[in-house]
Amino acid sequence: MVYPIELSNEELALKAIQMRRDIVEMTCSAGSGHPGGSLSSVEILVTLYNTVLKHDPDNVKWEDRDRMIFCKCHITPAIYSILARTGYFSPEDLMTFRKLGSDLQGHPSRFHPRGIEMSGGSLGQNLSVATGVALGLKHQKKLNRVFALSSEGDLQEGQSWEAVMSAAHFKLGNLCLFVDYNKLQIDGYVEDVMGIHPLDEKFKAFNWNVQVIDGHKFDEIRDAIKNAIAFEGGPSVIIANTIKGKGISFMENEAGWHGKAPCGEDMEKAIEELKHEESLLTTK
Amino acid sequence: MSEREMMLTRKGFADALIEIGEQDEKLVVLDADLSKSTLTSLFKERFPDRHFNVGIAEQNLINVAGGLSLTGLTPFVSTYGVFLAGRAWEQIRTSVCYGKLNVKFGGAHGGISVGPDGATHQALEEIAIMRVIPEMKICVPADYYETKKAVKASMEIDGPVYIRFGREKVPVVTSEDHDFEFGKAYKLKEGKDVSVIACGTMVSEALDAAEALKSEGVDVEVVNLHTIKPIDADTIVETARKTGCIVTAEEHQKNGGMGSAVMEVLAQNYPVPVEMVGINDTFGESGSPSELMEKYGITSKNIIEMVKKVLTRKKS
Repeated sequence: MVYPIELSNEELALKAIQMRRDIVEMTCSAGSGHPGGSLSSVEILVTLYNTVLKHDPDNVKWEDRDRMIFCKCHITPAIYSILARTGYFSPEDLMTFRKLGSDLQGHPSRFHPRGIEMSGGSLGQNLSVATGVALGLKHQKKLNRVFALSSEGDLQEGQSWEAVMSAAHFKLGNLCLFVDYNKLQIDGYVEDVMGIHPLDEKFKAFNWNVQVIDGHKFDEIRDAIKNAIAFEGGPSVIIANTIKGKGISFMENEAGWHGKAPCGEDMEKAIEELKHEESLLTTK
Repeated sequence: MSEREMMLTRKGFADALIEIGEQDEKLVVLDADLSKSTLTSLFKERFPDRHFNVGIAEQNLINVAGGLSLTGLTPFVSTYGVFLAGRAWEQIRTSVCYGKLNVKFGGAHGGISVGPDGATHQALEEIAIMRVIPEMKICVPADYYETKKAVKASMEIDGPVYIRFGREKVPVVTSEDHDFEFGKAYKLKEGKDVSVIACGTMVSEALDAAEALKSEGVDVEVVNLHTIKPIDADTIVETARKTGCIVTAEEHQKNGGMGSAVMEVLAQNYPVPVEMVGINDTFGESGSPSELMEKYGITSKNIIEMVKKVLTRKKS
């Protein structure tokens, strides 16, 4: 199937619930992984992979595909889920996550599973890679768009700002960056660990086209992407205010769930909540 | 000492890039504000739209190059070795090498002969820290022509290649039509008593040492080990079998460098006595290149001294 496709907000919401189930089940099955930041990025990824990105899971080397580069690569539960659910590989494989011999490495390799554009895991590096991809496409006068997903943790790395500076310098109108801004990192609140506020003003000062949205609202995500695409003079950033652990009541806004797997009763409770959400949507 | 023509290895780098650029429009060159030093400014003059300067931001330099490679271009990045191999080591490791990205590295200003800039700018560790990374290939060419050939050969390799060259003019020890094969060591002089295995600037010092030792009745074999990785184990073992003892010579820390790589091969395959010429676990300082080479013990004199030492071990 060739993407993008048209989907209603309800259809997207159902896909988001499926992704959240995958994230919970994968991290539990692995006994490790990063559920918190995976859950906060779900709406962004569901919207991008279904309704925005030009891509074809049956033809991963398609010349005209848009490029999705992950800067926050620790959210492999979310990345692998969206790839499996859009047809890059069988969702059955998701349960091999983080296990010996699996294609689904703790942090992604460029070579597997299908659909990964760039390896990553060491923060601060891949916004530079996204900048290079956008620069290379622009240099070759290609019309593909480049999307990237970062986080405020990724933006604590100094190199990220080298990339921010250069993407604006090279006037990369084909680059759109999402920041999954969930305000938490491993050691606690971002503003306690190493404050990054005001993020929007920082990007404005670097000459980026800046939008701030609710990263869990499909309409806001869609509109922001339209605006970003319409802006051709340079790179665009969409700062998406999100909730770490979004969708599972006891995981929301808890730094402790950054890198811990929900298991046993926690997992049962999480799945129950998601099933309940699903029934609310389907019985509407 | 024989008189040899003096030429810049970095000019060989720049000339090769321009020659490749004429044929291959996929070649792009990236700099971090040092294009006038690395001489990639010459490429920029010839192909302004295929040159990208990222400013003084080496980490970004590496990953932007990585991104360019993902769009089918072949990026050659260039800056001083300390900033390239050192500052951006993890970018090279995790993004380029783990991702097997087709990025080439021109590591300029390698060695203590960088001179008056002093210790901060004298790269003496790149061979060690580059060769431990899986997928990386490393070449330390001896002169202008070899640098040119190494750059061209690197374009035939799909994956990362690090080429190290210096700041100063160095004697020409090969020639335009000299054979060059990446990964293949060359004997510049046959001998039977002792082998000197050298790379980069030390190849000409090794030839000078061999000439001087001839008058003392010592027949030295000189091996130019321009490719440190993949290492030419066959040639190293073959010369060890032939002469029975070895001196390594490099403008780099002894620890972990070319000499260490040679000893890894020998210890596992054909152990013989080895002595090393190189920087002795210390930083450099400001001075003229020749003063520094002398003070830090990396001239033909030091090679001669180590040859004599290793010969006593061979005999005992």
